[in-house]
Amino acid sequence: MLRLPPFDYYAAPSVEEAVAALRDHGPDAMVVAGGTDLFPKMKRRQMEPRLLVGLRGIRDLYGIRRLEAGGYRLGPMATLTQVSLHPELRAAYPGLTHAAGVVSSPQLRNAGTIGGNLCVDTRCTYYDQSYHWRKAINFCMKKDGEICWVAPGSPRCWAVSSSDTAPVFVALGARVRLVGPEGERVIPVGELYGRDGINFLAGKRPDEIITDILLPPAEGWESVYLKLRRRGSFDFPILGVAVALRRREDGTVAEARVVLGAVESYPVEVEEAAATLVGHRLEPDVIEAAAKACFKPARPLDNTDLTLYYRKKMVPVYVARALRRLAGLTDEAQRRTA
Amino acid sequence: MPTNGYDDRKNRTNLGSHLKRETSVIGRPLMKVDAMSKVTGQALYADDIHLPRMAYARMLPSTQPHARIVRVDTSKAEALPGVLAVITGRDLPIKYGILPVSQDETALAVDKVRFVGEPVAAVAAVDEETAERALELIEVEYEPLKPIMSIEEALEETEVRIQEYGHAGNIHKMVSLQFGDVEAGFAEADYVREDLFFYQGNNHLAMEEHSAVAHYSPDGKLTLWSSTQTPHYVHRALAKVLELPPSRIRVIACHPGGGFGGKSDPFHHEICAAKLAMLTGRPVKITLTREEVFYAHRGRHPVLMWVKTGVKKTGEITAMHFRSMLDGGAYGSYGVATTYYTGALQTVTYKIPRYKFEGLRVFTNKPPCGPKRGHGTPQPRFALEVHFDKICEHMGWDPAEWRQRQACEPFSLTANYLRITTIGLRECIEKVVEASGFKEKFRQLPYGRGVGLACSAYLSGANLPIYWNDMPHSGAMVKVDRGGGVTVYCGSTDIGQGSNSVLAYVVAEVLGVRPHDVAVVTADTDLTPVDLGSYSSRVTVMTGNAAIEAAQKVRDLLFRAAADELGAAPEQLEAAGGRIFRRDDPGVGLPFAKVAQLAEARFGTLAAVGSFTPPKTPGRYKGAGVGPSPSYSYTACVVEVDVDPETGWVRVPKVWIAHDIGRAINPILVEGQAEGSVYMGLGEALMEEQVFRRNLHKIPSMLDYKSPTFLETPDIETILVETNDPHGPFGAKEAGQGPLLPVPPALCNAIYDAVGVRIDELPVTPDKILKALERKAKGQEPRVGPDRMPDVEWSEPIYVEPPDLEHDPSLVPATGSS
Repeated sequence: MLRLPPFDYYAAPSVEEAVAALRDHGPDAMVVAGGTDLFPKMKRRQMEPRLLVGLRGIRDLYGIRRLEAGGYRLGPMATLTQVSLHPELRAAYPGLTHAAGVVSSPQLRNAGTIGGNLCVDTRCTYYDQSYHWRKAINFCMKKDGEICWVAPGSPRCWAVSSSDTAPVFVALGARVRLVGPEGERVIPVGELYGRDGINFLAGKRPDEIITDILLPPAEGWESVYLKLRRRGSFDFPILGVAVALRRREDGTVAEARVVLGAVESYPVEVEEAAATLVGHRLEPDVIEAAAKACFKPARPLDNTDLTLYYRKKMVPVYVARALRRLAGLTDEAQRRTA
Repeated sequence: MPTNGYDDRKNRTNLGSHLKRETSVIGRPLMKVDAMSKVTGQALYADDIHLPRMAYARMLPSTQPHARIVRVDTSKAEALPGVLAVITGRDLPIKYGILPVSQDETALAVDKVRFVGEPVAAVAAVDEETAERALELIEVEYEPLKPIMSIEEALEETEVRIQEYGHAGNIHKMVSLQFGDVEAGFAEADYVREDLFFYQGNNHLAMEEHSAVAHYSPDGKLTLWSSTQTPHYVHRALAKVLELPPSRIRVIACHPGGGFGGKSDPFHHEICAAKLAMLTGRPVKITLTREEVFYAHRGRHPVLMWVKTGVKKTGEITAMHFRSMLDGGAYGSYGVATTYYTGALQTVTYKIPRYKFEGLRVFTNKPPCGPKRGHGTPQPRFALEVHFDKICEHMGWDPAEWRQRQACEPFSLTANYLRITTIGLRECIEKVVEASGFKEKFRQLPYGRGVGLACSAYLSGANLPIYWNDMPHSGAMVKVDRGGGVTVYCGSTDIGQGSNSVLAYVVAEVLGVRPHDVAVVTADTDLTPVDLGSYSSRVTVMTGNAAIEAAQKVRDLLFRAAADELGAAPEQLEAAGGRIFRRDDPGVGLPFAKVAQLAEARFGTLAAVGSFTPPKTPGRYKGAGVGPSPSYSYTACVVEVDVDPETGWVRVPKVWIAHDIGRAINPILVEGQAEGSVYMGLGEALMEEQVFRRNLHKIPSMLDYKSPTFLETPDIETILVETNDPHGPFGAKEAGQGPLLPVPPALCNAIYDAVGVRIDELPVTPDKILKALERKAKGQEPRVGPDRMPDVEWSEPIYVEPPDLEHDPSLVPATGSS
């Protein structure tokens, strides 16, 4: 069987000490939360940290609680199961809890954390392979090689953002608190992400740790997440559609965010789609226009499951279905969408 | 709840010539004899074995699809602390292979590699981590050769050859057989149709990765524990490659965690573990990674197919011509047999009076394909059943009625000399049509929903062995001890299908004891008589018959010993309920153990052997060895689908499957086989594909190679049809493979019923459905599938006149009991 390479494990007692360890060891160190992404990748030598800074023992990083000013604070070590089953979150942010509940399999949701899902490595069928497999293609630019095999002429890596929850957090306008050696700062979730598959967490310095995920008050907001994948369990998204919006009493959309997952190296917010919704009721022609606006910004390539043409074709279909779900339009298509 | 085809009133059988009574074990839904140890995790799998001083080995995979090996330098690996031994192809140069006609494998590549992942060197070390580090220190210099990655490339490229033997160029095997005047048949047909199909390759995906532990004792005896379906063939290969006398080798098959045909060849890791154990003097274990399982492969061959059939207005088939092209991968494996199998069983389902088959297998730079559940027959069955659906639609025939009318007759002989005994196909169709409401649903469900029907046949064991010999295919020994305990010894391997339980059931039935009073010793070449292995759906029929014979011999001794005591002739005695008693006066009897003591006192140690040799086959042409079987099982299947026309997504809410099992020795186990086949068949039909990109396996992991979970598995209603076959033990036929066959074509026929498009290549991914729907919307042919067969110069066919039963009545199969 595949074995983990040797490494040291530091059970950090506090955020400060975890951050200090990251600072002291530089690129040799990595943070581990649930380990569901990291350990398999270490076995395949995609990541080769000599030191793992474990967050399990840091009490402050756990828990889900309502903030006095409204909204919620999620500890990054809350498991995906805890988030997906949390009764108040389910009522307030159904898109988020659904997204957390469709990550991988029940066992991995029990181990995997919500913070880990925000930081989940980008994926690619040229990269998510064993050392020997990657050696056979002379590696790729994301690890040990020079070229992006999915787009050989490209200067950048096209590995796919594969978080289910990130698009929903972006759509909900969530923020994260980052703590590093120089102190702390709070940024929108969307700003965590860079614009290529290697430096996909460009908004977070390597020695910073996410200590809080902050959800704004849900009052008036509705949210939905639809996930395209081959099977009802295990699979990473090959398309994720997150929509959050607020409607006025007359039914017209006051604010909206439409965010696509798994069609780029980062969650893609489609402002044009949101703009077509604002000021209108969720009626078929409006929905169709918003869905159409999402076609172009989605840039799937041949590096995950199913064909890129198919995945691109599904973008407007899934956006329309997400919007129809919010609009309460029940039809055959809704029945057939997981 | 599944519908069981059994009820206790039906449990009557022919128990030998002199005895008829109710059965107490056969036909009952009993627990498997090893169920508890499996569900509690105590059954021993090969990777569970830990021996003192055991070393661990890993194998270095080739990074080249096709290359000469210029140099292998293992010196750095050997110098690594903790490394015990390093071997390369030069240490194991003797070729082996499962079939005598394709001895083309070596345990480690010698001079040349033929696919990415092929083992080049192996390291034994104190632990797996050290072995893995040592692999990275082995330097291999390759001189790349042109990779050949498809059937088309293999046919075009004749200069660069992957193997140095075979038909010609990169064609491994070509078969051309003709039974009767096919052209005359097409000429007299009212409608002649041709279709092209493609069935993608896929892996068995057994949950357990292959594992082997070897131990070479100071007494010069080699023992190999392995997750294998065929310990006898592994025994032979080890003797050949290691140049040891077979008497010095013991192969023990552990409980394999699933086989499905994927553990039926002798494998690299088994031979390497043995060699490294001999070199180091320590036990050595090799457990493959999931990626290595995809390279060991032996899975479903990708097959491109063309079929032409003529039919009369009245429904009769006048002739069929079938062509197949198999992508074999880099080595022979079972491929020659697979090639024949793609053309052998066409004739045993519906009456086909004239038949022509042309098939070929090519070598490509991919892991070798081999036998997977159904071995070479699911591909042509897919083609045929969709092809027939198209014919029925064109002719305006009801597909269920047409199939019932054209079904083969019982106790008949096909155009290619396959002897059919019992056939429950008509009843299977009737039951499955009724249970599914097919008549009310077909062409009548709303757009997006549909039903499809397909049927199939499969053999209950091949009549010919893999290597030519006149010996039995299966042997069993039954021993009775003084305490009344019974032990049955047999070389068969229980790969989860329940063959150990079947041995216990049949012996318990004959001797009148409980199955749990029967100890079962199997799959150990030192202890058990030879059984050829768990493949070709042969085990229940062959080991069952052998065990019945052995048990009956012992029972005869018991009856003789008891006769005087009970004041009756041996023929008047019966064994049941742990007693031996007078049939005319059941109160007069003795406990089984008491009779065992009387018998041992009179006859000495109580044991007997039995063996099974399949009946002779009437075909006398070259190639007649593939296809004949003691009996054929039959299956009919209805699949219901819900297709989303906007996404191309296919959901399967329910599958109905009726299977002619002959006689269900344990109906629960038969239903389990049928349900497992439905699951596996749907996986192949909807998502599984062993595909390659940039000359290597695109997705060798269980995450990225898509196989259904139980969330995708539909409700399955299984109906058992019993025909009581004269060649089967208690009338039984096979169940392990046949029920898979009709599932993919039934699915495709249902998709057509739902949205009016034909997907003539598997798997049916949602993008293909959308593509076909788009073509339909544009007024083009609403179909996705291959559009041509590469041009090939087929060999002149061997011409065989179909059997003339009127003039040679000796060819008519006997209907009597065996």
